[in-house]
Amino acid sequence: MSERQSLLERIPWTLVLTLLAATVPFFASRYYIDLATYIAIFALFATSLNLLLGTTGLVPFGHAAYFGIGAYVCGLLMGELQVPFLLAFVLGGLGGALFAAIFGFFCVRLTKVYFSMLTLACAQIVWAICFKWNEVTGGEQGYPRVPMPDIPFLDWLPVHPRSLQMAKFYLVALALCAIGIYLLRRITLSPFGRILNSIRDNAERAQFIGIDVRRYQLYAFIIAGGFAGLAGGLFGVYKRGVFPDYAYWTKGAEVLIMSILGGINHFWGPTIGAAVLILLNGAVVSYTEYWPFVLGVILLVLLFAFPGGLLGGLETLWRRVKGRG
Amino acid sequence: MLEVKNLRKSFSGFVATNDVSLTAEKGKVTAVIGPNGAGKSTLFNLITGHLVPDAGEVLLEGRDITGIAPHRICKMGMARSFQRTNIFPNLTVYENLQAAFIAYGGQSLNMFGVARRQFRDKTEAMLESLALTDVAHMVAGEMSHGAQKQVELGIALAGDPTILLLDEPTAGMSAQETRESIELLDRIAKERGLTLLFTEHDMDVVFSISDKIAVLHQGRIIATGKPEDVRLDAEVRRVYLGGGKH
Amino acid sequence: MHLAFVDPTLMLGQFRSGLTTAMFLFLIASGLSLIFGVLRIINFAHGSLYMLGAYIAWHIVHYLVGNSLVGFGIAVLLAASAVGLIGFFVERFLLRHVYKVAELYQLLFTYALVLIFGDVAKFIWGTQPVSVQRPALLSGYFDIAGVRMPHYDLMIVCIGFGIAYGFYVFLNRTSWGRIIRAAALDREMLGALGTNVSLLYTGMFVLAAFLAGLSGALVTPIKGVVPGMDIEIILDAFIVVVIGGLGSLWGTLLGSIIYGMVVSFGILIFPRFSIFAAFILMAAVLIIRPWGLLGRPIR
Repeated sequence: MSERQSLLERIPWTLVLTLLAATVPFFASRYYIDLATYIAIFALFATSLNLLLGTTGLVPFGHAAYFGIGAYVCGLLMGELQVPFLLAFVLGGLGGALFAAIFGFFCVRLTKVYFSMLTLACAQIVWAICFKWNEVTGGEQGYPRVPMPDIPFLDWLPVHPRSLQMAKFYLVALALCAIGIYLLRRITLSPFGRILNSIRDNAERAQFIGIDVRRYQLYAFIIAGGFAGLAGGLFGVYKRGVFPDYAYWTKGAEVLIMSILGGINHFWGPTIGAAVLILLNGAVVSYTEYWPFVLGVILLVLLFAFPGGLLGGLETLWRRVKGRG
Repeated sequence: MLEVKNLRKSFSGFVATNDVSLTAEKGKVTAVIGPNGAGKSTLFNLITGHLVPDAGEVLLEGRDITGIAPHRICKMGMARSFQRTNIFPNLTVYENLQAAFIAYGGQSLNMFGVARRQFRDKTEAMLESLALTDVAHMVAGEMSHGAQKQVELGIALAGDPTILLLDEPTAGMSAQETRESIELLDRIAKERGLTLLFTEHDMDVVFSISDKIAVLHQGRIIATGKPEDVRLDAEVRRVYLGGGKH
Repeated sequence: MHLAFVDPTLMLGQFRSGLTTAMFLFLIASGLSLIFGVLRIINFAHGSLYMLGAYIAWHIVHYLVGNSLVGFGIAVLLAASAVGLIGFFVERFLLRHVYKVAELYQLLFTYALVLIFGDVAKFIWGTQPVSVQRPALLSGYFDIAGVRMPHYDLMIVCIGFGIAYGFYVFLNRTSWGRIIRAAALDREMLGALGTNVSLLYTGMFVLAAFLAGLSGALVTPIKGVVPGMDIEIILDAFIVVVIGGLGSLWGTLLGSIIYGMVVSFGILIFPRFSIFAAFILMAAVLIIRPWGLLGRPIR
């Protein structure tokens, strides 16, 4: 039976993209290493969101909650209890997953707009806790004392000495994000992922092939929350501090936009969207302070011209070219 | 095989199902007919667990399944197709069937395998028996209505059910498609020894393949029996007033 | 935790401020609820319309009419009308193309509007906060049982209830009102009944925009006009609408009052956690009764 796997699908994209990305510190300035770190982290964050959005068909407004929780757990453990980075990082992810389990239990009982609203409320509750719990979270000012981990085994990197610190962290973060994205890819392509797709396409039908729809949505929610927590942990370290706005719902809106921009129906859509958005942002803010306006216009154009996002648009173009040939 | 006893269901005062009792015998084809609004879909939803009855029982092979959640009932050997075509529109035909096999095959929580490689033999066999091999890699949502209905049938059959419930299986089909579809159903049912329970509008369809017919009107069963007997029943004729095609 | 709640003066004072908050929230939330009920769209940009109303009113007062009672009144009405007009253009030329599109993309669309309007406002009026003084004739206050009830607040409360009553009459006694109620229940039937559905939608959106603009204009003496007020208010409006029930006007009124009171008294009882109160209330309603206190389950 002919498989649908084209040449394009057989390339191990995770590996290829990671290797490509890993070359950045060797020829780019600190500014670009900085951007690249940002992109890697948000690629993971956005891909975790897409497990819910594109794969399962759920639209959470409050995904920032788990990002924020991961950031605080990882940052506080490292800063206050001197927990080693990798351990704190994993615990950040577990923290995100735990809260996703608690909130998710209630959220998946709802559908559509109510689901979205409840996830929003949950994110705001997390934000409010971070904002007000001065003793633990530092309150409104946040916690700006997250230490940068020592990475001695990468000291030999042939980069400019001023970039070394940044490059070291970038490569570690890149590796961790790549692993995270790779795991998400395995999950998306697994039988479990296929079941999530069936829930997205037709929850009623899925019920009648034996799927407890709510339970599977909850599993997806927990996994997505866990990976968002991992991304959050990295972000906190990268920024040397954790702040309540990491959990504010607009952070979740950012990754929603990145995913839609790249294309929610493709696994790499969110990653591409994150890269494009962050690079565009970097380019535009140096010319004008009206980045939101530019973004708004881009979104409108996207909506009316490329509803499938960048990758969706590319795919349509490809199909048309193939059709003519 | 399937027994429904004194089922009752009302929605804010409106009685949709009124003391309905019905038996579907093993290996036979039972049809439930009735004009629009008679409560056929509600009855099905009560049987398959989508709705919980206010009173009454549903027994599958002697086991009480009243009010049990749909995803559990279907693991007991009951499969269902829906009135409006219910497939997974963004997946290909192949993937649709594969998803069903994955679910029935207990692989739903497998997060490390590769979906594409699961149950290939079974999927291909099912495609063959439904004559869908040529269109296997087309996106299901883009196919013709008749083809989608066949995919839906395939999904229902993937679990190797003992009883198959079909809600208006030929709705929206042309005369030709109806004929072919019914022949296919009949053949498959006989091959697998399936018990069939279906609702229909189209009189000819019903009379051609059913072993037993129950007539539903305003939530009540007004007649049950062999097709010839039901056809001659006075109340049935009154209700259907010239009956036949919609 | 203070035992301050035994002091009736304080309680009355909180009641008054809660009621005022509730009323101008009602003005903006009612439009949001209406848009959802009839057009089935969650309009993030409603906060932007509110903000535009505020800025335009300030502009008119500051540059044109001054803040005499008459001047202020003109400014408010003009601002609300201007926002209504903006709403007309938005609905007619942009929004109507997204009715048929998946919900996710509708949200994206209204979010894009938020971004665009926000920067347009920033471009025209800058980032410094501005405010309008209350007109002299309305800057006094009544003394009721030792509690100050500013004239201005009383006016807002009256306007709020007036509009609520107006809605009631409109929805229940006029033929357009009946059509709107029908639309909230079953949109597809409407077209079949021969109603000019597109006119209805445009009208609804313009009305909702007008109310949002009105609310924004009226709030200028109380809260001032700052960038970011659009995002801040839309969250509050969502909470209100969720509590009361998406699409239910009485629900929105009830939700506004509940929200206003919870926030107002919450500060007394648990000052540190008053910002929680709203979200926990929202979450609780969604968990227990998702379609709100007076809403109906959506199809």
